[in-house]
Amino acid sequence: MTSDPKSSDLRGEADRLLSAGSWDLAFRCLSDLWSKEPGSTAAAFLVSRLEELRGKLPLLPYRLAVLRSFTLEPAIPLLRAEAFARGIDLTVQAGDFNAYPQEILDRDSSLYHFSPDAVILAAQTADLAPDLWREYPDLAPEAVSTAIQRVSNSFSQWIRAFREHSSAGLVVHSLELPARPSAGVLDAQQQTSQASAIHQINQALRQIAGEHRGVYVLDYDGLVARRGRLRWHDERKWLIARMPIAADCLIEMALEWTRFLVPLTGKTAKVLVADLDNTMWGGVIGEDGLTGIKLGPEFPGAAYQNLQRAMLDLTRRGILLAICSKNNGEDAMEALENHPGMILRPKDFSALRINWNDKSQNLREIASELNVGTDALAFLDDNPVEREQVRNALPEVMILDLPGDPLAYAARLRDCPAFERLALSSEDQQRTTLYATQWERSQAEQNFQSKEDFFRYLEQEAEVAPVAPATLARVAQLTQKTNQFNLTTRRFSEQQIADMAARPGWHVLSIKVRDRFGDHGLVGVAITHDEADTSEIETFLLSCRVIGRAVETALLSHLAQAAAARGRQRLLGRFIPTRKNAPARDFYAQHGFQLLEENLDGSVWSLSLGQNTIATPDWIKVKTIGGRV
Amino acid sequence: MTSSILDQIRGVASDLFNVPVNRVTAASSPETIETWDSTQHLNFVLALEEKFGLQLSPEEMEQLRNVGEAAKLVESKLQAGPR
Repeated sequence: MTSDPKSSDLRGEADRLLSAGSWDLAFRCLSDLWSKEPGSTAAAFLVSRLEELRGKLPLLPYRLAVLRSFTLEPAIPLLRAEAFARGIDLTVQAGDFNAYPQEILDRDSSLYHFSPDAVILAAQTADLAPDLWREYPDLAPEAVSTAIQRVSNSFSQWIRAFREHSSAGLVVHSLELPARPSAGVLDAQQQTSQASAIHQINQALRQIAGEHRGVYVLDYDGLVARRGRLRWHDERKWLIARMPIAADCLIEMALEWTRFLVPLTGKTAKVLVADLDNTMWGGVIGEDGLTGIKLGPEFPGAAYQNLQRAMLDLTRRGILLAICSKNNGEDAMEALENHPGMILRPKDFSALRINWNDKSQNLREIASELNVGTDALAFLDDNPVEREQVRNALPEVMILDLPGDPLAYAARLRDCPAFERLALSSEDQQRTTLYATQWERSQAEQNFQSKEDFFRYLEQEAEVAPVAPATLARVAQLTQKTNQFNLTTRRFSEQQIADMAARPGWHVLSIKVRDRFGDHGLVGVAITHDEADTSEIETFLLSCRVIGRAVETALLSHLAQAAAARGRQRLLGRFIPTRKNAPARDFYAQHGFQLLEENLDGSVWSLSLGQNTIATPDWIKVKTIGGRV
Repeated sequence: MTSSILDQIRGVASDLFNVPVNRVTAASSPETIETWDSTQHLNFVLALEEKFGLQLSPEEMEQLRNVGEAAKLVESKLQAGPR
């Protein structure tokens, strides 16, 4: 509330920091203000200060177009403020009322001129299917089928046209049910009820979206229902301003959009690091003992089981779990292994730090052990002092502020946009298992005299193949997420990858790796394009879990051979430095490339293909799969 | 509440219209605040509804001719009880 002295102090403090040029501190102050009072007033304050911080902080610029059949402008500042607090500088264009069909179908429309990164299509049931909404009792069964077909066909036509004209992500609102069916309780007695007719359209929409890349359904009906249909709507605002959503629900709309925006922009968390005492169970294991901690199906232990179930659900989206707890290792492990109320077990965690060290130090170690940046971590701890310590030492870590009531912990986790995913690759679903075998692998490594001996023992097999429909999602995901071993850090959507692969002279390759411990899946991507006597490497990246095992050499060697086979004289590579890709800096130099030029933007390297080949070590077997490679 | 309804609404107006709070008074209106246009007026109404948990009718929206009148209206609606 504005009356809260703390909040108004934060405003003054933010402005003082801004005029003093302390951009990072000002940003933190604004984020604090937003988490204290997320609402339209604070949103307006944040959005106006965003203008001053643009260019001074590493914010990610992102362009969003909103196509709609109703007024939703008042929700836009809320969305921009929420995005800003997550490091995204969001530009939003709202289309004209009910102009969305033309805007989508006309490739020369203002929608495409805006060149959005993502588009939201928000149309109401009352506008798209006025017959189903208002005249349902008058409709014969055939008329109902016709209406369902008509609306489904429209969605299909729009989505297909959009995909032809744009590679931007598309988020489509599903249709909501009426709060009060036309037939009253009778509606639920009918075989073809008003509700089921709308459900059928939504079912068709899900199917159409699934047939296209980068098209996602926002369950608008579910969102409205979660809040309550009667609370969600404000009939007066609808009648005077075409604004159907009540003022206090606008923030819910903005947050739901954020759940799509965060995975679209890649601002997600990859690892959840959780505390144990009073977080994953009630009480302190070191004092209360195995029988004293609260954890089980009854109150109050059920609150902690709920949280553990929410954590388990995250692993199914490919998010890793880790523990960071101040405890005696033996006490904590006994509970983790033997407490009958535990939903999670040690195998569910990819890294454990149970000791008395500083938590921020433990978090750094966990990030390094799991080969991710500290900005990929989310931190869950009931103790505000620990949270503050981590916030100060590692401001890039996402901190989950837990509410006072343990029964609300699970919802806090489930509501967090950083854990949302829009698509799952099979690698995501198996990630926890992959890391478990990784651990066995590193244990095995310690028993060998030389790296080479270990590599031979690993029996690595790599498979290089052109990108195919089945691998498109994973290839795009790797370009979006890989930070460390990534020579150019160019991010691509699925559609952009598909477009490149179809262009003459362009080659989009992926590499899969397996070894005696298991299958790593698809872990690397290379994109080249040929022009005159040169083949240029546009993208070269490798997931960090296979770096340093000659996989990168095998892939580069393949690029050189394939380019030579196509009659190219030289292979050109670029290194574009970022804050994170130092591990890739010397890659071309190490493989015999000559430096052509170097400046602040990076370096350009060339390998003459006439005299040179790149030898692949004998301990890795490389198989090439057909197609144009 | 630690500050009056009027002061809270001055804060809302300061944020929404991007003017320093000490320059917002009960007499502040679309005539004195340049950024208070018709689009912002809807946002102002929505912000009051969100903040105080109430809903304003079209007639009441017309009554919000300045910050002081907004404070009077909100006070009377809050006294009448929650919606």
